[in-house]
Amino acid sequence: MGKIMNDRNKKLLNVNDLHVSIDDKEILKGINLSVNLGEVHAIMGPNGSGKSTLANVLSGRPGYSITSGSIEYLGENINEELPEIRARKGIFLAFQYPVELPGVRTWQFLKSSVDAIRKENGEKELGVKEFDQLLEVHRNKVEMNPDLVKRSVNEGFSGGEKKRNEIMQLSLLNPTFALLDETDSGLDIDALRIVSNGVNEFKSESNAVLIVTHYQRILDYIKPDFVHVLVDGNIVKSGDGNLALELEEKGYEWIKESISSGN
Amino acid sequence: MLKEYLSSLDEQFVSQNQSEQEWLRSLKLEAFNTLREIGFPVSRKGNEKWKYTSVSPIVNNVFLLSKPKDINIDEIKKQAPWSDDWYNIVFVDGFINKNISNIPDSGISVSSLGLSENSIGELIDFSDDGFAALNSAFLSDGLIVSIEDSFDTSKVLNIIFYNSGTELEFNNPRLHITAEENSSSVIIESYVGGSNQNSLTNSVTEMELKSSAKITHYRLMSESNNTYNVGYGRVRLSDDTEFYSSSFFRGANIGRYDLNVLVDGERSHCDLKGLYVTSDEQHMDNFINIDHAKPNSSSNLFYKGILSGKSKAVFGGTVLVRKEAQKTFSVQSDKNLILSDQAEVDSKPALFIYADDVQCAHGATAGNIDEDSVFYMRSRGIDLEAASKLLIYGFADEIISFVEETELKNFIEQKFLESLPSYKFEF
Amino acid sequence: MQKQKVISRETGVEDQQYKWGFEFDIESDLAPKGLNKDIVKFISNKKNEPQWMLDWRLKAFELWEKEGVSSSPNWANVDFPEINFQDIVYYAAPKSQDDAPKSLDEVDPELIEAFDKLGIPLEEQKKLSGVAVDAVLDSVSVATTYQDMLKEAGVIFCPISEAVQKYPELVKKYLGSVVPYSDNFYATLNSAVFSDGSFVYVPPGVRCPIELMTYFRINEVDSGQFERTLIIADEGSYVSYLEGCTAPMRKTHQLHAAVVELVALKDAEIKYSTLQNWYPGDKEGNGGVYNFVTKRGAARGENSKISWTQVETGSAITWKYPSVILQGDNSTGEFYSVALVNNFQQADTGTKMIHVGKNTKSTIIAKGISAGKAQNTYRGQVSILPNAHNAKNFTQCDSLLIGDECGAHTVPYIEVRNPSAEMGHEATTSKVNDDQLFYLQQRGIDLEEANYMIINGFCRGIFKELPFEFAMEASQLLRVSLEGTVG
Repeated sequence: MGKIMNDRNKKLLNVNDLHVSIDDKEILKGINLSVNLGEVHAIMGPNGSGKSTLANVLSGRPGYSITSGSIEYLGENINEELPEIRARKGIFLAFQYPVELPGVRTWQFLKSSVDAIRKENGEKELGVKEFDQLLEVHRNKVEMNPDLVKRSVNEGFSGGEKKRNEIMQLSLLNPTFALLDETDSGLDIDALRIVSNGVNEFKSESNAVLIVTHYQRILDYIKPDFVHVLVDGNIVKSGDGNLALELEEKGYEWIKESISSGN
Repeated sequence: MLKEYLSSLDEQFVSQNQSEQEWLRSLKLEAFNTLREIGFPVSRKGNEKWKYTSVSPIVNNVFLLSKPKDINIDEIKKQAPWSDDWYNIVFVDGFINKNISNIPDSGISVSSLGLSENSIGELIDFSDDGFAALNSAFLSDGLIVSIEDSFDTSKVLNIIFYNSGTELEFNNPRLHITAEENSSSVIIESYVGGSNQNSLTNSVTEMELKSSAKITHYRLMSESNNTYNVGYGRVRLSDDTEFYSSSFFRGANIGRYDLNVLVDGERSHCDLKGLYVTSDEQHMDNFINIDHAKPNSSSNLFYKGILSGKSKAVFGGTVLVRKEAQKTFSVQSDKNLILSDQAEVDSKPALFIYADDVQCAHGATAGNIDEDSVFYMRSRGIDLEAASKLLIYGFADEIISFVEETELKNFIEQKFLESLPSYKFEF
Repeated sequence: MQKQKVISRETGVEDQQYKWGFEFDIESDLAPKGLNKDIVKFISNKKNEPQWMLDWRLKAFELWEKEGVSSSPNWANVDFPEINFQDIVYYAAPKSQDDAPKSLDEVDPELIEAFDKLGIPLEEQKKLSGVAVDAVLDSVSVATTYQDMLKEAGVIFCPISEAVQKYPELVKKYLGSVVPYSDNFYATLNSAVFSDGSFVYVPPGVRCPIELMTYFRINEVDSGQFERTLIIADEGSYVSYLEGCTAPMRKTHQLHAAVVELVALKDAEIKYSTLQNWYPGDKEGNGGVYNFVTKRGAARGENSKISWTQVETGSAITWKYPSVILQGDNSTGEFYSVALVNNFQQADTGTKMIHVGKNTKSTIIAKGISAGKAQNTYRGQVSILPNAHNAKNFTQCDSLLIGDECGAHTVPYIEVRNPSAEMGHEATTSKVNDDQLFYLQQRGIDLEEANYMIINGFCRGIFKELPFEFAMEASQLLRVSLEGTVG
């Protein structure tokens, strides 16, 4: 009994037969996925399989319509929840393509974000000094150039700097559920190491990570507990970390073939 | 003067031709009365349409209505783009010359004015425009083309308006093209000829693109230094159409092209390119409007000018995006190369946007040849004159390279670029 | 003279949105409605003006009368019913001006309180920010602070009516030298009836030690405001001048037709900043100020510089084109603008940069924001004249649309008559980017705040050009003006 209660408390996300369309075209065709606190999940799949759609729809991006099924987060259906409310409740999306915000200073943006989330948790806004200290700590973690926080958000940042900025925010905002959308794309080995270290340092028994990726590479650095293979809007196979290695070796064609042959 | 000549005429003169059909005679009459009421746009104060162009020299000239003339085909070939593989249709001083024209026999129907009633005049509004009214009032001949989807797209329709320049005359050609559903065609419309004699060509072209039609259109203006050329283009696009139009102008005494494209369909694309090359005391005025009335369409307006001598070029480009035209994508650009101390360019690239979900941009530049580029070439051993010539050609080539028909491309390069001066730098 | 009736403060929802919309009770000195020669004489007489000033006014009035209303500019992209110029009060002075306060201590305490409400407590300003303030209430300058420090530096900063008395030679030399009385319909009207405004003269080599500021306010119900400002920066001098404007909420429209002339001599620099927050009218488009203003600077001397920065959020209709005539060789002109319109506001604003001298340089950065049912037009002219060798201009105009019932328009006029010119114009129009909004929302920031952050970022380059206090105020104005535009 005690153990069951414990498991129930650990339940973070429950995606139930989720169908999602963009402009009347069905992209996700009945996804089932369950994520508990303390777990690292990886969603792998070929281009166009719906991986990014899943990450976007979990974080509430406008333009995606859920035609049926549900997303339960911390026991609540969040199908209709606004993206900022989800963020304040601890869902964090590290973007595949972080946007540039001309004229919006990174410092101001981060403080607004931290304050909004603190307010949701019944905490007071941070003073300028306190925030500066906090920022300093997290900035150092990802070895981010201090000048960047004075500049406009992501404007003129290199690809690597943008991704580092995402991971810095992950660390700073300390969410409960982190979605990493193709975070490894466009990173060189050093940047990949720094970014992975950031994620590894972040993960704990009180949060969970979902990594969306095409390649296995990032999973050498961040070890997943579960790997799910997404093909054409369906999770066709799930397994442990070894599945990723097998995929890397045999390619997505292998999965497709094994499905069509009924295995 | 033209003004006085017109006031000496009466309604009788305009509508006397009993061989013309009733609809044509009443159209001419209406236009004539409009013209008498509104006159020509001589006053420029507060007149945004004619802000930088004075039409007084035209209106104060002595012109008489042109008459049909005969011409030697070799003269045409010298002055106009030509290929024996094309369908060539030749107008001389506003009148079609069937002897030297070869008119296609299938996939296209061609008729002279006055033969049947049709939608002529539907796209041009002359109620507030003296020259447009002048064209309609004195319609003498024209070409009505209907392009079927069976039309052989490998054939070019080459329509030549030759100005003999032998008399002090004004002529009023009219071209009306209907691109039927799913049709595709390449059309060249050129205004060539002229001589030392002043003359006025005052043309109107209407093009209607029905759904899924495509027209690749070239418009050339290459007359003499003494001619006046005022032209109107009125185009309407339905759903899923593509309209590519490239215009090439060598300035006349006064040249003006007023082009209006109504994007009246979804998923359509309007692509307007232009190159104006003016020299001596020429004056060229492009007045272009793209009117987006339906959603999900796009337009690209890209003009370039090369100015020398004491010439003057005017570019007035307006993109209007109406409230209904959400998801419009439009870019507009006008770039000018000024090669002499006394040339002048006036550019007005305007945007009027009434829909929010749009992406529109425009840009304009003016200046002379980039000195750094010249220096780079010189450091590679190319002399100043050759370097500047290369750069000027390169500047023009951005427009000319879109021309796919070889004979046409050669003609443009020969007529438009060879006479260009090279610019002398003051280093 | 009858005491001005107390009109109670209007209440309602709009009260909070336009927090500057209160009135105060001060005895006013009103001219009868309408305009004729006698009114012009009345105004001149009120000011105790010398004959030459009256003659100049009368010349302007004669021209204005001769040309008539039909000569008023009709090319702007704004739409309003014809103004009845005989239904306007052309002179309204707070009565206490008759007693001519000698110093701030003598100023009617009620007036001081009024300015406190405006957010420019003169005493505070004096102590804290070191800004010299000249407040113009309904056309009459009521108080000028910080005179001692200015006197020491040799800077003249006073009401123009005072300058006419005290410095007639300077006024005669420069008044109308940049904007002649015949310039345009509204400038002609202003020349005939201007009641007050600020006058600044900075002597050679002097860097004005503090920011100069004028606060304009229209208070009377039917009054028009016709102030006239003249700033002269003599050789090698520098001055930064700020201008703020508010007006109470009115059901009817009020006319504001000001003229500002700037003259920068050799090596001199003038920086002119405006925060324009005249009453914009209510949500249905009732009331609001017609802001028809002629502002022009002459960068007359070599190496001189004139820089205009404006944040325009108010007025029912804005018609203004702060311009620079770049006469001196190597002179510089700048125009930085944010124009925000909401509800039924209309703005047709921009600049003219006329390059006359060699190596002249101009920069234009204009940001337009349209919301509600408002229409916003950028109209700008860049002329490079035949002798302006090596002139350079860069223009960037960006427009944002919020909602599908507003409009954003860009109308540049580019006239190049010299081949050595380098000029480039770029413009974009779009709505606030959805991806940017989502990115901010994903970090927990709500839609309205996200929208504000993006638009504030869009305008940041312009705010940066403002003096610090003004930049903060501009940001606030933007926030208030954007309220309720999303969601």
